[in-house]
Amino acid sequence: MIVASTLTTNLSILVLAGFIGFVVISKVPNTLHTPLMSGTNAIHGIVLLGGLLIIGLAGNGTFNKVILVIAITFGTINIVGGFLVTDRMLEMFKSKPDRGKKEPDAAEEQEEEKVL
Amino acid sequence: MIAPPLATSWVQSQSFRDVLYIIAFSLFIQGLRGLAGPTTAVRGNRIAAVGMAIAVIATFLNPQEGNWGLIALGIALGTAVGVPAARQVKMTAMPQMVALFNGVGGGAVFLISWAEFRLTGGFAHTATYITVFSLFAAIVGSVSFWGSNIAFGKLQEIIPGRPISFGSAQQIVNLVLVILAVAAGADIAAGDQSEAIFIGMLLCAALLGNAVVLPIGGADMPVVISMLNAFTGLSAAATGIALNNPALIVAGMIVGASGSILTNLMAVAMNRSIPAIIAGGFGGGGAVAGAEGAGEHAGTVRSTTAADAAIQLAYSNRVVIVPGYGMAVAQAQHAVRELTKELEKRGVEVSYAIHPVAGRMPGHMNVLLAEADVPYDQLKEMDEANPEFARTDVSLVIGANDVTNPAAKNTPSSPIYGMPILEVADSHSVIVIKRSMNPGFAGIENELYYDPKTEMLFGDAKSAVSEITAELAQI
Repeated sequence: MIVASTLTTNLSILVLAGFIGFVVISKVPNTLHTPLMSGTNAIHGIVLLGGLLIIGLAGNGTFNKVILVIAITFGTINIVGGFLVTDRMLEMFKSKPDRGKKEPDAAEEQEEEKVL
Repeated sequence: MIAPPLATSWVQSQSFRDVLYIIAFSLFIQGLRGLAGPTTAVRGNRIAAVGMAIAVIATFLNPQEGNWGLIALGIALGTAVGVPAARQVKMTAMPQMVALFNGVGGGAVFLISWAEFRLTGGFAHTATYITVFSLFAAIVGSVSFWGSNIAFGKLQEIIPGRPISFGSAQQIVNLVLVILAVAAGADIAAGDQSEAIFIGMLLCAALLGNAVVLPIGGADMPVVISMLNAFTGLSAAATGIALNNPALIVAGMIVGASGSILTNLMAVAMNRSIPAIIAGGFGGGGAVAGAEGAGEHAGTVRSTTAADAAIQLAYSNRVVIVPGYGMAVAQAQHAVRELTKELEKRGVEVSYAIHPVAGRMPGHMNVLLAEADVPYDQLKEMDEANPEFARTDVSLVIGANDVTNPAAKNTPSSPIYGMPILEVADSHSVIVIKRSMNPGFAGIENELYYDPKTEMLFGDAKSAVSEITAELAQI
C-alpha cells in the first residue's frame, strides 16, 4: 500500500481548495459582494475548530486555558455573528429578483394610489 | 464533566469524523455557489452555516476532546457577544461589523498558534513544516486582527479616517517590521524554544497590522477589509495544515482565494495597485493633491433649493440616482425610495447607477437600497449605466463624491486618474446633495461641483431628499 505523506496530502487539498475558491467566487455579481464578503468571513470562523481541538489537550496550564477560551470566544463571535449578519443582509435581497411577483405588485400599488 | 473513554465507538473514529469534515466543506462550497445569485443566496448562506455546525459536531466527537466546561464558556461568551451585535447593527454600519468579525477570526488564529507553541514546549518535537505553518498562521492572524481593528476604528470614526503615517519612512518601518517578524519566526522554526521570541514575533506582527492600515485613507478601506479577510482565510488554512484538519484547510483556503479575487476586483475598479495601497501611497498622495487643488478652483458653485430641485425632477423624462456613502450615513435609503415612487407616479423613468466601490464596501449601496425595497432591476452597474447618462435629464447625486469626479478622466496628475467613474457630467443637468463643500474621504476636490450644469443642494441626504419629495407632492 502506498501511503502519501500527510504534508503532501494536505498541500494537495490546499491547492485544490484554492482553485475551487477562484472558480466558485469569480461568478458572484458585483451586487452581492458585501454579503459574499460577510459570508466568507463567517466561514473562516472555522478556526474555532482549532481552539476546540487544542483545548482538549490543554492540561493544567491556566494561561493556556485562558487564551484558548478567548480563542473559542473569538471564533464563535466570528461564526455566529458572521452568518447572522449575512442572513440579515440577504433577506433584503430575497424578494427582489422575483420579477413575476414584483410587477403585479407595482401595478397594484399604482391602482391603489389612483383609488386614493 | 466526565472524560469520554479512550476506547471509542465508530462514531468517534477518525474515519467517521473525516467523513463529517468532508460533508462540512462540501456544504461550504455548495453554500458559496448559492451566494452567487440573489435568489439562491439566502439558502447558500444557510447551507454554509449547516456545514459549520457539522464541522463543530465532528470536532466534539474527537475522543481526546476535553475541558467541556471551558468550551461551553467560550461558546456561550461568543454567542452572547456575536448574536446581539449581528442583530442590532444598522445596515449602514455593515462594513465595520464585517471588519470586526474578521478581526476576531484573526485573533482566534494567532491565539491558537500561541497555545500550540506553549503546549508543544516551543514546537520541541514537531515536524518542521507544522512549525512553519503554525508560525505563518500566528503572524498573519495577528496582522489581520490588529489591521481589522484599526479598519473598524476608522470606519466607526473612533480613529480619524484620514491617513496617519510616518510619511516617507512608512515603507521602511513596514519593511523592518516584516523582517523582524519573519526573523523571529525563522529563529523559532530553527529550534529556539523561547516564548519571549514568540511573543516578540506576535508584537511585530501586531505593529505591522497597525502600521499597514493606519496610513490607508477611508476610500481604500473596502480593499483593505477584503484583503484582511483573505489573510484570515489563509491563516486559518495554515492552522488547518498544522492541525491536520481537512475542514479547516478547505474552508480557510476558499476564503483566502475568494478574498484575493474580491480584493483584486476592487483594486481594478479603482485603478489602484494593491502594493500601492499597502504602501500607503493613496491616502497620503490624495491629501496633498487635495490641498493643492483647493485653491485652484476659481469657478463658482451654484446652489439650489429643494423646491427648485423638485420642479427640475418632476419635468424630466429620465432621472438617474447616484448614491454614495452620504446616503448611507444619513440612513436616507427609505427617503430615496419614497422620492423614486413619487417620481414614477409622474411617469419619470428612474434608475440607480451603482459604482462598484460606492460607499465603503462593494455592493454596500445595493444592500441599503435592497433594504428599502428598491427593485433589483432598477440598480444599474457602472458599465450599464454610463452609456445612458447622455440621454438622462437629471442625475441626482446623493452623497457620492470620488466615484463621480471627472478628474479621474481629465486630470492625469490626480491621484484617482484612471479610476473608472460614473460619468454623470454627460447628463443634461446634475443635482448634488451634499453636506458641505468638504472634499470626500479621499481628500480630493471634485471638479463636477464647479461644472455649469451642476447645482448643489446642501444638507443632510435624508432631510434633503425628504424635502424634495414633499415639494414634489405639492406640484
